[in-house]
Amino acid sequence: MNRLVYGVIAAMGIVAAGLGGYGMAGGAGTLRLAWLVPLGGLELTLDPLGGLFLGLIGLAAAPASVYGMGDPDGGGRGRLAYAVFVASMCLVPLAANTMTFLIAWELMSLASYALVLHDRESEESVRAGWIYAVMTHAGLACLLAGMLLLGAEVGSQRFADWRAAAPALAPATRDLAFVLLALGFAGKAGVIPLHVWLPLAHPAAPSHVSALMSGVMIKLGIYGLLRVSLDWLGVGPPWWGATLLVAGAVSSVIGVLYALVEHDLKRLLAFHSIENIGIILLGIGSAALYRVAGLDALARLGLIAALYHTVNHAAFKALLFLGAGAVVHATGTRNMEAMGGLIKRMPWTAGCFLVGSAAIAALPPLNGFVSEWLTFLALFQNTRLDAVGQNLVFTLGIASLALTGGLAMACFVKAFGITFLALPRSDAAAGAHEASPPMRLAMLTLAAACVALGLGPTLVVPVFGSVAAAILKTPPSATGGDWLTLRVAGEFASLSTAAIAVALAASLLVPFAAFWILGAARRTRAYETWGCGRIVQTARMEYTATAFANPFKRVFDFFYRPSKRLDIEFHPESRFFVERIEYENPTRSIFDDWLYRPALELLQAAARAVGALQSGSANQYLAYILVALLLMLVLA
Amino acid sequence: MIASLAVALVHIAVVGAGAPLLIGALGTLKARLVGRRGPSPWQPYADFRKLLAKEVVVSTTTSWVFRATPYLLVATSLVTALIVPVATVRPPLAFAGNIILLVYLFMLGTFFLALAGLDAGSAFGGMGSSREVAVAALAEPTVIVAVFALALRADTIDLGRIVERFGSEPHLALNPAHLLAFAAFFIVMLAETGRLPVDNPATHLELTMIHEAMVLEYSGRYLALVEWASAMKLFLFMTLLANLFVPWGLTEPTGPVAVLGGLLALAGKLSVLTLAVAVLETAVAKLRLFRVPELLAGSFALAFLSLMAVFLVR
Repeated sequence: MNRLVYGVIAAMGIVAAGLGGYGMAGGAGTLRLAWLVPLGGLELTLDPLGGLFLGLIGLAAAPASVYGMGDPDGGGRGRLAYAVFVASMCLVPLAANTMTFLIAWELMSLASYALVLHDRESEESVRAGWIYAVMTHAGLACLLAGMLLLGAEVGSQRFADWRAAAPALAPATRDLAFVLLALGFAGKAGVIPLHVWLPLAHPAAPSHVSALMSGVMIKLGIYGLLRVSLDWLGVGPPWWGATLLVAGAVSSVIGVLYALVEHDLKRLLAFHSIENIGIILLGIGSAALYRVAGLDALARLGLIAALYHTVNHAAFKALLFLGAGAVVHATGTRNMEAMGGLIKRMPWTAGCFLVGSAAIAALPPLNGFVSEWLTFLALFQNTRLDAVGQNLVFTLGIASLALTGGLAMACFVKAFGITFLALPRSDAAAGAHEASPPMRLAMLTLAAACVALGLGPTLVVPVFGSVAAAILKTPPSATGGDWLTLRVAGEFASLSTAAIAVALAASLLVPFAAFWILGAARRTRAYETWGCGRIVQTARMEYTATAFANPFKRVFDFFYRPSKRLDIEFHPESRFFVERIEYENPTRSIFDDWLYRPALELLQAAARAVGALQSGSANQYLAYILVALLLMLVLA
Repeated sequence: MIASLAVALVHIAVVGAGAPLLIGALGTLKARLVGRRGPSPWQPYADFRKLLAKEVVVSTTTSWVFRATPYLLVATSLVTALIVPVATVRPPLAFAGNIILLVYLFMLGTFFLALAGLDAGSAFGGMGSSREVAVAALAEPTVIVAVFALALRADTIDLGRIVERFGSEPHLALNPAHLLAFAAFFIVMLAETGRLPVDNPATHLELTMIHEAMVLEYSGRYLALVEWASAMKLFLFMTLLANLFVPWGLTEPTGPVAVLGGLLALAGKLSVLTLAVAVLETAVAKLRLFRVPELLAGSFALAFLSLMAVFLVR
C-alpha cells in the first residue's frame, strides 16, 4: 500500500515534469471550469515560467517519493497529506486567477502543516507547527490583501488582465500591491527577517517532505516574487529591484551565519535554504534593476542566473535532506555531535552527501558553481548602469555573495566532516547501517542531476534564456558559445565547466598513475592516528562541531551575541577532582530579540487594552450595542 | 592548438618546478636576515625527494577522503596554474571561468584538505581544519572582491586583459582604490598561503599552528604532494599579485621569445616580492589566533571600500 501510493505520486511527478517541459518549450494551454469554484471559477494556464516551476516540482517529487517508498519511518501516516501537498504545489504555478491561486496556495500550506505535525508527541514539532501556521497565514493575509486590491483596481481577478492593465495603474496603487504581495511571497520563501518558521518546520517533517519543502515549496515563494516584480505589475520603479537585491544580500549572509553555529543536521540545511533563497534574490533583484534601465540583455542574464540557481538548489538541497534523512534514520538523532564515522558504515549515503555538499558550497565543476558564477557576472556588470546609488547596492550584492561562498564552504566542511568522518561519537552511530535501495536510488538520481547541471550549462542556459525572454517580453537571446564553452554578455566572459572537469581529472590521474606504476602503493602502512603517545584513541578526543564553529562564533560575536555558562561539579573530598563539567555556549537570535518579541509584546498589550471592554456584564454589552447603533445612524 | 598546449606545458612546468625554489629562497633569505647561514634555496627539492622515497603511514581511522585529497589538491593547483597569467596574458584555460573559477578552485582544495584534517579523528587535525576554514572563509571572498575592484576599472573580468589594460593605460592605476585593493590582496596572500603574521610555517607548536596541524597525519609521498600543492599556491598568489599590480613584461604568446620575456619579467618581480615577504616575516611576530580574523575582516573591508570607490571616485 505504502509503495503503491508513493509510486503513484512519483509517476504523477514525472507527468508533471513532462507537462512543465512542454510549457517551457512554448506550449500553451488553458483549462477553465467556471462552475467548479465561485468568484471566477477554476482557471489554469500553462506558460513558460509556470512550466519551469511545474517541471521543477515534478522532477523533485519523483525522487522524493521513491525515497518515501523505502523510508520505514515515513510511511503510514501522512500519505494523504503528502499526496495533497504534491498535487497542490503542482497547481500553484498553473493558477491563472486569484481564486484558483489562493485555493492551491492554502491547500499547499495546510498539507505541509499536517506534515510538519508528523510527530504529534514531540513538543518541538507542535511548536514548529504553530509558528509555521501563524507565519504562513500572516503571509496569506498579505497576499489576499494585495490580490484583492489589484483585483478591485483592475476590475478583474484574472492575472492576464492585471498584466495588461498594470502600466495604467496609479503608481501608489502599484507600489502598495507590490509591497503586500512581495511580503506574502517573501514569507513563504523564507527571506530574512520572515524566516523564523523555516528552521523549525523543515526539520520537523519526515525527510522526503523536508526535501520537497526546502527544495520546491519555498521556491514557489520565488515564483511569486518573479511574477510580482517582473510580470503582473509591469516594469516597476528601481526601488523594487533594489529592495529585492538588498534582501537577497542580507538573507544570504545571515542564513549561512546561522547555519555555521547550528549542529542539528536538518536545521543546518534549513538555514542554508535561507542563504540560497538570498542568492536567487540577488539574481532577481539585478534583473529588475537592469530592466528598469532598459538593459535587456543584462536583465535576461540576471534572470537566467536566478532560475538556474533555483533549479540547482532544488537538486542539491533535496539530495542533502534525503541524505540527512538516511543518517537520522540510521543513528536515531539529528545531533551532529553524536555522529561520526558514517562514511565507512554508509558509503553510498556519504558519497551522495559529499556531492551535495560540494555542490551547495559552489565548488567547481558542480552545479552550484555555475549558477553562482552567472550571478557574479550579472552583478558585476552594473558598470553599465549610470546611477551611483544603484551601483553601490550591486557592490553590496557582490561582497555578500563572495562572503557567502566562503562561509558556506566552511559550513559544509563541518556538516560532512563531523557527520561522516573520523570515529563514531555514539553507539548509535557505531551501529549505523546503509540506507535501503529505494532511498539510495533517489539520492543517486539527485547526485547525478547535480553533476549534469554542473557540466552542461551550455545546454541548460538556452532553455532558461527562452523562459527569461518570455517573462521579460524580449526576443529570445542568442547565448553565444559552442557545446563546450558558455559565453555571456557577448564576449565579456566565458565558462566551461566541462574543460575544468577534464583538466582536473587529468591532473589528478597523472600523479596517481605515476605513483601506481612506480609501485608506491606497496610502501604504505596502516597504523593508528598519532596522538602524542597516548594509549588508545577514542571518539572523545575528536574535535566537535561546536569547537569547529567556535572561531566563527568569536569573529562574528556582534551578531551571535553568545553567552557562556560553565558548571563544574567537584568531588566532595577535593577541588582537584572534577566529577562533571557542563558547558553551554548558546547564541541568541537578534530577530527574536529585537523584532518578534517586541512585536508580540505590543500585540499582547493591545489585546489587554481591548480586553478591558470585556467585563462580562450583559448590561454593559447592551450599552455597547446601543452606542454602536447610534453611531451608525449618525454617520449614515 | 599546439601553441596553446605548449603554453600550458610551460605554465605547468614553471609553476610546478618554480614553487619549491620560491619556498627555498624565502627560507634562505629569512635565515640570512636574522644572521644565520640557513639552508640552500634548493633544499625543498631534496626534501621532496626524501619524502617520496619514504614509506607512508596512513591512520586506520581514515577513509578514502584522506587518501584522495593530496591528489586533488595537486590537481587544483595545476589547473589554477593554467588560469593565472604566469608567462603570457593569454593563459591556456582563460576561457574556462576566470577569477571566480580561480578562487573557487582554491576553495575546492581547502574544502578537501579540511575534510582530510578531520578524517583521522585527532584533535590536532580538527583544530587545524577549523582554523584553516575560518581563515579561508574570510580570505577567499577578499580575493574576489579585490580583483573585481581592479576588473571594474579595467572594464573586463579576464585576468590577462586586466594585466594588458593596466599595462597600456597606467593612469588607470592612479587611484586610491588601487592602493586599497593592493593592500587587501597582499594581506590575503599572506593568510591564504599560511605565512606570518597569520600562520607560522616554521612552527610545530600545536596550539598556534594552522596549516601544519591540519596536515599532521600526512607522511611520505602524500605529505610531499600536499606540501608541493601549498608551494604552488604561494607561487600562484605571488604571481597574481605581481602581474596584476605591476603589469609590465607580459605579452600575447606570439612566440618563444615573448613567453621567455614574460618569464624573465616574472622572475624579476617575484624576486622583489620574495624579498619583501622575507623582510616582513622577519620583522613581524605572529598574531594571536583570534586577532587573525580581525586582520582578515580588515582586509575584506579594504577590498570592499576599493570596490565602492570605483563608483564614488570616478
